[in-house]
Amino acid sequence: MANVNRKLLLAFVAVVGLLPLLPVPDFWISLLNYIGLASLVALGLVLLTGVGGLTSFGQAAFVGIGAYSTAYLSTAHALSPWLGLLLGLAITVTAVLIIGAVTLSMSGHYLALATIAWALALYYLFGTLGILGYHDGLSGIPALELLGVSLADGRAMYCLIWLLVLLAVFAARNLLDSRPGRAIRALKGRGGMAEAMGVNTVWLKMVVFVLAAVLACLSGWLYAHLQRTVSPSSFGLNYGIEYLFMAVIGGVGHVWGAILGATVFTLAKEFLRGQLPALLRLEVSIEMIVFGVLMVLLLQYARNGLWPLLRRFFPAAPPVRVPAEAPALPKRDKPAAGEPLLSVRALRKEFGGLTAVDNVDFELRAGEIVGLIGPNGAGKSTTFNMITGVQTATSGSVHFRGEQLTGLSARQIVRRGIGRTFQHVQLLPEMSALENVALGAHLRGDYRPQGGVLASILRLNRAEEAKLLREAARQLERVGLKDCMHQEAGSLALGQQRLLEIARALCTDPTLLLLDEPAAGLRYREKQALAELLRSLKAEGMSVLIVEHDMDFVMNLTDRLVVMEFGRKIAEGSPDEVQRNPAVLEAYLGAVEEAS
Amino acid sequence: MDWQVAGFLSIDGITSGAIYALLALALVLVFSVTRIILVPLGELMVFGGLTLALLEHGRMPATTWLLLGLGALCFLQEAIAAWRHGAARSARPLLIAGLKFLLFPLLMHLLLSWAAPRELPVALDMALTALAVVPMAPMIYRIGFQPVAGASPLVLLIIAVAVHFALTGLGLVMFGPEGWSAKPIWDASFELAGLPLSGQSIVVWVSTLLLMLALYLYFNRTLSGKALRAVAVNRLGARLIGVGTAQSGRLAFTLAGAIVTVCGMLSVPITALTYDGGFVIALKGFIGAIIGGLVGYPLAAAGALLVGLLEAFSSFWASSHKEVIVFTLVLPVLLWRSLATRHQHHDDEEE
Repeated sequence: MANVNRKLLLAFVAVVGLLPLLPVPDFWISLLNYIGLASLVALGLVLLTGVGGLTSFGQAAFVGIGAYSTAYLSTAHALSPWLGLLLGLAITVTAVLIIGAVTLSMSGHYLALATIAWALALYYLFGTLGILGYHDGLSGIPALELLGVSLADGRAMYCLIWLLVLLAVFAARNLLDSRPGRAIRALKGRGGMAEAMGVNTVWLKMVVFVLAAVLACLSGWLYAHLQRTVSPSSFGLNYGIEYLFMAVIGGVGHVWGAILGATVFTLAKEFLRGQLPALLRLEVSIEMIVFGVLMVLLLQYARNGLWPLLRRFFPAAPPVRVPAEAPALPKRDKPAAGEPLLSVRALRKEFGGLTAVDNVDFELRAGEIVGLIGPNGAGKSTTFNMITGVQTATSGSVHFRGEQLTGLSARQIVRRGIGRTFQHVQLLPEMSALENVALGAHLRGDYRPQGGVLASILRLNRAEEAKLLREAARQLERVGLKDCMHQEAGSLALGQQRLLEIARALCTDPTLLLLDEPAAGLRYREKQALAELLRSLKAEGMSVLIVEHDMDFVMNLTDRLVVMEFGRKIAEGSPDEVQRNPAVLEAYLGAVEEAS
Repeated sequence: MDWQVAGFLSIDGITSGAIYALLALALVLVFSVTRIILVPLGELMVFGGLTLALLEHGRMPATTWLLLGLGALCFLQEAIAAWRHGAARSARPLLIAGLKFLLFPLLMHLLLSWAAPRELPVALDMALTALAVVPMAPMIYRIGFQPVAGASPLVLLIIAVAVHFALTGLGLVMFGPEGWSAKPIWDASFELAGLPLSGQSIVVWVSTLLLMLALYLYFNRTLSGKALRAVAVNRLGARLIGVGTAQSGRLAFTLAGAIVTVCGMLSVPITALTYDGGFVIALKGFIGAIIGGLVGYPLAAAGALLVGLLEAFSSFWASSHKEVIVFTLVLPVLLWRSLATRHQHHDDEEE
């Protein structure tokens, strides 16, 4: 199967490579050049929009920066185009860092709005700057020269453009199949899951935004030396919108969708501009209407674009291969059994006038399973959220192995050895179980925690990948999901998904495991399997704190229980003691009896 | 710059700022109820302005053709929905849809073709324009957004941009590439402390204030206004107590459509409008809306006024860079917003 895909890929590369040698008319070569240029920009948008869940309507402005930088330096100062490329990249990255810094910590649509304004501002700026030739732009841009060969000819430029397109596609594929790539794919996830695995989401959003803008800038640089003249009208906001349309048409979540979308869009535009008006004797161009309506229909009925439809005709991609042998990842020092691990002191949370958690104290020692129980609204989840850094405490403290956790972010807390699961399962449904679990090992790679992007693009990360995937496979085996390794996480049953979350948490190499209602929604057998797993983890020395509703489940499993009601701790002790405690009987069990 | 020039620029800035403020309010209204950043508001505004201008010039605007087309599509959708739900037993809903989406546009078409060559009072022309343009807004919601109302804000935004694209293209077909302007509604001029003040500016100011007052009363005093606010605060909660997503979406679009149609009719006597000019005008309203965080009405209006003033003053100091300055303003505004909301969790994507 894998062979068929490989052959198709080689055939595609061969066709692309041989095309300029064949007697293809110049018109088609020129059209293909523009398709290649657009593909580069659309590929950036696939990474940004389809993978990262952000969007930009301002990519044409980055194309403009790439084009104008080299045009200005090579015409006004007769400097090398390579310097022009450097200048373009420098301005692009600076602009991205500024726009990203003010928008990326807020919700997604602010980036989109900012890029609309940015694209308009830059478009007007191109037209009003004297050194850029006002609305006429700059002309007389020299052709590129590579290793002494002039690329003045369209066919020669074709080779460079498509070489870069293919390189960019492979770079993007390499990146997505890597530790930082999985983290980028997790950006679309919800509920702060990525941050809880140690991913700096704001920074990685910046990284994809930079990558997308750099691809656009590169496209602009090529455009300037292909066209040999630049003017503001080629970089207006409408072009920015069109690039996004290309990505959506092709399939915004797929790397190859960028090329497909750019091809379909460019050909359609050529037809709508060139042939159709003559055919229908139209006086005005109707391409905007057609593309606008087409996009609305596409987003309503086939949001994933054309690539998935085409993809069906090829065999499925082979699953990510797990190496049989790989060096084990380093592990942190684990405390000896019985050592104090977690200590919650007078923890308090007020929402306005409501006290959700009222001075709660409890302790957890290494090797213990402690259950935090209580009726609905008792403040269990709020307590849990304060320990994991999702909510900040009004007062009180949480210490973990003697270190204060209060005020730390989720990302800093996981780094200290606390792994967690979520009440509502937070998985990336389209990624395989293995890749989901590998996300848990985000902080355990060979490169800096949020780095390794360049190494992944250049495929220097193979040793890291082998170790991480081996570890992920080991944890999947540990929770009993070895057979589901290559299935999509979204296709698993809820019980399996909860086990998958535990495997992901185990991948963070935790000293303490925090489970938020792990038995909720599970069937009896699934609960039994879960309890079995937790017992075996305990036997291996793991410490666990469970927030749970299900009395039977915690009674048979935990060493100690902390019972909460109306934000207060009302009892603490072994399951037997708690079951006999009159306050608990009245508050919790009594209520349950009455209800049933 | 002496105080007279400053005063002159201020009057200019407040007048365009008032238009931007109305656009900002419409944007905030739609966004808070539906999570849609309604980029095509600018096109609707232009449709309003150009329809009025053409009627005044004694020409038949092609607006009603678009209304007929949109109505037919809506009717088709309603018919398919009725058929799918097996509602053939009762012809009533379909009959109502037919009246709303087929008969009404046809009536408007006949009415406008009758009115166009006649020289009617401006108030009548304005009423006809509003009746022809405002219904397009809920129709656009019905066709473009209602089928995907639950999609992420990102998808909704891309659809909004696609609708903007299509409407701009339609605007070119309907109105042609040239700009049109209309007679001032109140053709008078005054002198205020030595400054010239046109009647049209006063009309703009007063209408803006009246519209804002009306919106305030609507949201605070009427049941449907309160229902819209409820949807803005919590969509699911509102649905549970019987406020539907689709009907509140259509209502929000209708209100926004009415506001921007008024914007178009108010501004077409001041500056000539072209088919594609609405987008840039609307974006200036958007910058005001962003100042209000896309949810706060008073801040959005104040922000939009600021944009108008900044634009007027920068056209004096650096006229060619006017647009650059106005659109670069979005960066400090966003910085301020992001600092103001630094420690809040944004879970908008979750819906």
